[in-house]
Amino acid sequence: MSSVPITAFLALALILFCIGLYGALTKRNTIIVLISIELMLNAVNINLVTFSKYGMTPAITGQVFAVFVIAVAAAEVAVGIAILLALYRNRRTVNIDEINTMKH
Amino acid sequence: MTLSGEFLAFMSLAIVAVVGGMLLLNLTKVVHMVLGLFFTFASIAGIFILLSAEFLGVVQILVYSGAITIIMLFGIMLTRHQDEEEQPTVGAWKRVLLLIGVLSFGALFYIGIYGLDFGTTPAALHVSNTEQIGMALYRDFVIPFELMSVLLLVALIGAIVLSRKDDGKEAEKQ
Repeated sequence: MSSVPITAFLALALILFCIGLYGALTKRNTIIVLISIELMLNAVNINLVTFSKYGMTPAITGQVFAVFVIAVAAAEVAVGIAILLALYRNRRTVNIDEINTMKH
Repeated sequence: MTLSGEFLAFMSLAIVAVVGGMLLLNLTKVVHMVLGLFFTFASIAGIFILLSAEFLGVVQILVYSGAITIIMLFGIMLTRHQDEEEQPTVGAWKRVLLLIGVLSFGALFYIGIYGLDFGTTPAALHVSNTEQIGMALYRDFVIPFELMSVLLLVALIGAIVLSRKDDGKEAEKQ
């Protein structure tokens, strides 16, 4: 058995996910919220890769899945930043509290 | 748990990752936050390599540490960034409640993963890792792989269309 238990990797992923979640919920700058979401996706990737090595049925599939997650995350960031720039051009703000037109 | 090289490497990478995340939460300037997060992304790449996923580690450095950090910095530079992350409009109340919520979420899941051990022998994923991923991608996941190319194309065109200047509006102004 390896010297680093599976729990350690999962706990690291959990801590990073919690940091990302807290950042996404409390930060006011839209870019930081996007980055926090990236952090959460990364934590999920760590979980996938950990289970692909130490899981019930170790296989390469977990890593392939992580590749797909990274690709989707990259696409999401590109579209997110584009929406953000369009919003900034119209509203002159990136504060997430002031972007609430669709709420009313 | 013995004090082996693998354990030391894991601990140092994990500490750097968590400290980077903490910097994201606590720094005041937006650019500094992104730079703090760079450390997190880089050390997650190290964690991937520890988990015998060399290919993913390199992809992580390319995509996250390289592309996403840079694109975020561009986003920050193109918007207003001089003002510090201004005083929280989220009240102290809500902040504390959120912290309690997130911490209890973490505790709940920690109970689930504590002492987890499947007792399986790890597969030899580190032997020609890239070849294994390629085989799996092109043998079992061809359709998702091709769909991903369509998704990236759609995201590319969508990003260009969204961030393009509105020509009609510009003409009206003049």
